[in-house]
Amino acid sequence: MGIDRRQVEHIAELAKLELTPEEIEIFASQLSVILEHFRSLQEVDTGGIPPTAQVIPLRNVLRQDEVVPSLPTEDVLSNAPHKEKGYIKTPPLRE
Amino acid sequence: MELHALTVHEARELLRKREITAVELTQAILERTSLIDGKIKSYLNLAPEAALEQAGQADALLNSGSRAPLLGIPVAIKDVISARGLPTTCGSRILKGYQPPYDSTAVTRLREAGAIILGKTNTDEFAMGSSTENSQYFTTHNPWDTSRVPGGSSGGSAAAVAAGEASFALGSDTGGSVRQPAALCGVVGLRPTYGRISRYGLVAYASSLDQIGPITKDVTDAALVLSVIAGHDPQDSTSLVGPAPDYTRALIPEVRGMRIGLPQEYFASGMDREVESRVREAISLLESLGAKVEEVSLPHTRYSLPTYYLIAPSEASANLARYDGVKYGYSADGKDAWQLIRRTRGQGFGPEVKRRIMLGTYALSAGYYDAYYLQAQKVRTLIKQDFDRALEKFDVLVAPTSPEAAFPIGEKKKDPLEMYMADIFVLAQPLAGIPAISIPCGFAGELPVGMQIMGRPGDEEKILQVAYTYEQASEWHKMRPPV
Repeated sequence: MGIDRRQVEHIAELAKLELTPEEIEIFASQLSVILEHFRSLQEVDTGGIPPTAQVIPLRNVLRQDEVVPSLPTEDVLSNAPHKEKGYIKTPPLRE
Repeated sequence: MELHALTVHEARELLRKREITAVELTQAILERTSLIDGKIKSYLNLAPEAALEQAGQADALLNSGSRAPLLGIPVAIKDVISARGLPTTCGSRILKGYQPPYDSTAVTRLREAGAIILGKTNTDEFAMGSSTENSQYFTTHNPWDTSRVPGGSSGGSAAAVAAGEASFALGSDTGGSVRQPAALCGVVGLRPTYGRISRYGLVAYASSLDQIGPITKDVTDAALVLSVIAGHDPQDSTSLVGPAPDYTRALIPEVRGMRIGLPQEYFASGMDREVESRVREAISLLESLGAKVEEVSLPHTRYSLPTYYLIAPSEASANLARYDGVKYGYSADGKDAWQLIRRTRGQGFGPEVKRRIMLGTYALSAGYYDAYYLQAQKVRTLIKQDFDRALEKFDVLVAPTSPEAAFPIGEKKKDPLEMYMADIFVLAQPLAGIPAISIPCGFAGELPVGMQIMGRPGDEEKILQVAYTYEQASEWHKMRPPV
């Protein structure tokens, strides 16, 4: 099954990735080839087979709800490109 | 005696006897690195001054009789594993300059054991690749032939250990990224059972598959390092409960009566003939030492590639949503937040990471979820059941790690699918959650070949025992590259 430019643009928007026209072209062709190869998966009879999301026999791991020291605010904010008064700063989500 | 060529256990003995100092050992490795790393390019960041300072402290502790398990041993850390004081880039422009404000649990445990952190090693961007060619900084070269790749994604760590630029290293293995570069560089790479080593501080790629693993010069070192970094961690709710055993107790040179299965699907046509011959010779050696060897079938093996390359990118597309140019790392300009986010990600991520985010987003999107992601999760169940059945009958399974030895730089870079196929033998084990180790078993021409030993979940001891038995009966682990 092929993927066209329009689908690539749609997926890129879902993934919040700005792509160049050349990238859109390349991904349309590469993703088509890869997904074509992956079609073999459809031939497997998985009727009655449960999906595996994780492989360990652990379930609902809980911890005590206790207050413990966290990382210092300055350390965590030190990597933020824009900050002000102990907050991370971003442009508005809407003008 | 060349200090940089020593294994961890050899260096430890000399350090404890005080025949060498940690400063001498660290200096020797730093000198070796400054001499050859222009050719090999293992390190993204090297911290010589901090390393020598740690070495001085280690000597003081050694003088006072401390027996911390890795005291004074220099280690290299793959640059997807956080170590405070050093940048973590994940081989990506999007994390350029990022300084993690905390240590990963694996690094905390190495520090507590007295290891000396040398620096951070090169990786395919966000551990996505099989050659280090997807690193946004540079490609690492194979120490056995510098025109060839070291494998990936932990190629910097594997090359560093092979070339004597570190006594050992940490890598991470989501779909073979510890075992495949270990095979291509002629060293030992261990992927433990999922959950055996805490993932806290390991930058997430595909969370249901990611595991940290040691890359070492021999099997004894792998057991030593695993004993230090394994064990439950409250910071990682997926880490296995209970303390880890002392894995060095599994180093017993004995395979008599051991049942070894050869999965026939791993010896299919299309594999390099010399690679197949070396692995079959190694299996004959194990048989001559008393193991009972028989063929077995893992019928869903051929689906491991599409299953992995749907599940891992799907998880990655969610995990990598955090790189938005707001909290840390590279940040592009934008008139509003959405434009800033789109541009940051478009400019900050490299081609393979974008490809996998796109693939995963597609597989999870409305209308395609059932056919791709859900179907892959169901086939994952079948792949796991194949191993469960085979490992009821056999103690371990043995196969090649990689279908070919190190390939030339540039050979597969243009064709993503061909690059994915380099991982064909190392994808099913993470999907099933089982442990596997790659050890050197000879050469194809001048290039090392790796043999993979797989075991039951939680039974690292058995694969270590088989690996150790083979190693003690062979000389391959003593070979060092000509660089």
